[in-house]
Amino acid sequence: MNTSTVLFDTPGPRTRARHRLYALVSGVVLIGLLAWLVWYLYDQGELEYDLWEPFLTPAYLEVLWQGLLDTLAMAVLAILLAVVMGFVLGVGKLSDHRLVRWPSWLIVEFFRAVPLLLLIIFLFLGPAGLTSYWSVVVGLTLYNGAVLAEITRAGVLAVPKGQVEAAYALGMRKTQVMVSIQLPQAVKIMIPAIISQCIVALKDTSLGYYVLAPGLTTVGRQIWTEFGNQLQTALVLAATYIVCNLILTALATWAQRRLVGERKPIVHTIDPGMGQAGPGLS
Amino acid sequence: MDDLLDQYDLVLQAFWLTIQLSVLSGLCSLVLGTLLAAMRVGPVSVLRGVGTTYVTLVRNTPLLIIFVFIFVAAPNLGWFTDTAFLTLGVVTVSLYTSAFVCEAVRSGVNAVPLGQAEAARAIGLTFAQTMGSVVLPQAFRAVVPPLASVLIAMTKNTSIAAVFGLMELTGRMRYFSNNSADDTVIFLVFAALYIVLVELISAGAIVLERRWRAAR
Repeated sequence: MNTSTVLFDTPGPRTRARHRLYALVSGVVLIGLLAWLVWYLYDQGELEYDLWEPFLTPAYLEVLWQGLLDTLAMAVLAILLAVVMGFVLGVGKLSDHRLVRWPSWLIVEFFRAVPLLLLIIFLFLGPAGLTSYWSVVVGLTLYNGAVLAEITRAGVLAVPKGQVEAAYALGMRKTQVMVSIQLPQAVKIMIPAIISQCIVALKDTSLGYYVLAPGLTTVGRQIWTEFGNQLQTALVLAATYIVCNLILTALATWAQRRLVGERKPIVHTIDPGMGQAGPGLS
Repeated sequence: MDDLLDQYDLVLQAFWLTIQLSVLSGLCSLVLGTLLAAMRVGPVSVLRGVGTTYVTLVRNTPLLIIFVFIFVAAPNLGWFTDTAFLTLGVVTVSLYTSAFVCEAVRSGVNAVPLGQAEAARAIGLTFAQTMGSVVLPQAFRAVVPPLASVLIAMTKNTSIAAVFGLMELTGRMRYFSNNSADDTVIFLVFAALYIVLVELISAGAIVLERRWRAAR
């Protein structure tokens, strides 16, 4: 909140009164809007018990829980594969050999620029002919792997130069320097960025909806076709995603403080909420 | 491949729809996101809370779910039943992207040297004047690279409109896909069209960055 005070003078009594008035007016307007919304939903019968019943019935809760587990499994699997792909391509982009560097660059740029949904549809319908589950996982892996390659590259470059020079001075070879000096330190710097990328992956598993992959959104569609409770289902799904992502954000913030200290996150271009770990834009 | 050449007008229409979606959503989310950022750094506590809540909720919700709200749940309540799909798509994508634009702009505001804002209020400018004529013009410079990546992600995100029946590039690729070896070529063509858009945005960002850096 440091900047919010530098933008305007420390308010005097009259300004404070004015701000209180603004706060009061906007508060009243806000409460009015919320009250109207609740009244409107009530009036439309959207708060009827029937429409919320599936979310209190054990059988349906079990289906939703299974959907959540599928979603989490897809996200975790994709991130694990993507970390491997990211390491390979990220180190590849730093290679001294053009034949390694250029293909790595091409793959990273291609999968970063292509929309994930286009990729998933291609994997699902195209010659690869993957099942819906694997087309989502492979699509997520390719996209997040390309992003993590950039994170890996930035992480390796963020390791202090002296470390590398000292390693060479000890007589280590290029691969040894990379594997035993640069990467272990890079991983530590990268962990918050990797957790942020998990949030992106988790959000993107929702795209499984289009190819009917198992997961929260597909389960949601089944529920609202059966009960006609589109709004309620969407609210429950959104709440589920938000809770999961907030837990991951807290984890990323903790990891940031614990592992990286006060240093800024290394990847500025991917996470628009600079200076803090948080959900990025896919 | 022959299908694509025979019906190239369909491909061009889809490309045009993607461009419309991206440009309109981009403009709307820039305006909305800047307003949200002003709310989040402003002196009025309730508005700050509203801005923070909006950003937290929207950033953690998948775009697809927001599409479900606007394209599935709202018509079910009798809202937006006559609205054009393009308008709905722009509304949805803007609602989502503005949260990210807000964060990018806010970080840009934080990047403006303190002395600038202090000097502005020392000569008696109000909060609105400080923001409008001193901080935001400079913040937009610092904010070009993160904003460009937000806009690139947004352009790619317009593909989700295909799930809800908009025949933009991704929807069109789904239409042309026919389970044959051609699919790879078709995929590469449509991917190339997206890459053109992405490259245009990053080229624009580089030009802006260069021009504004000189003006400082």
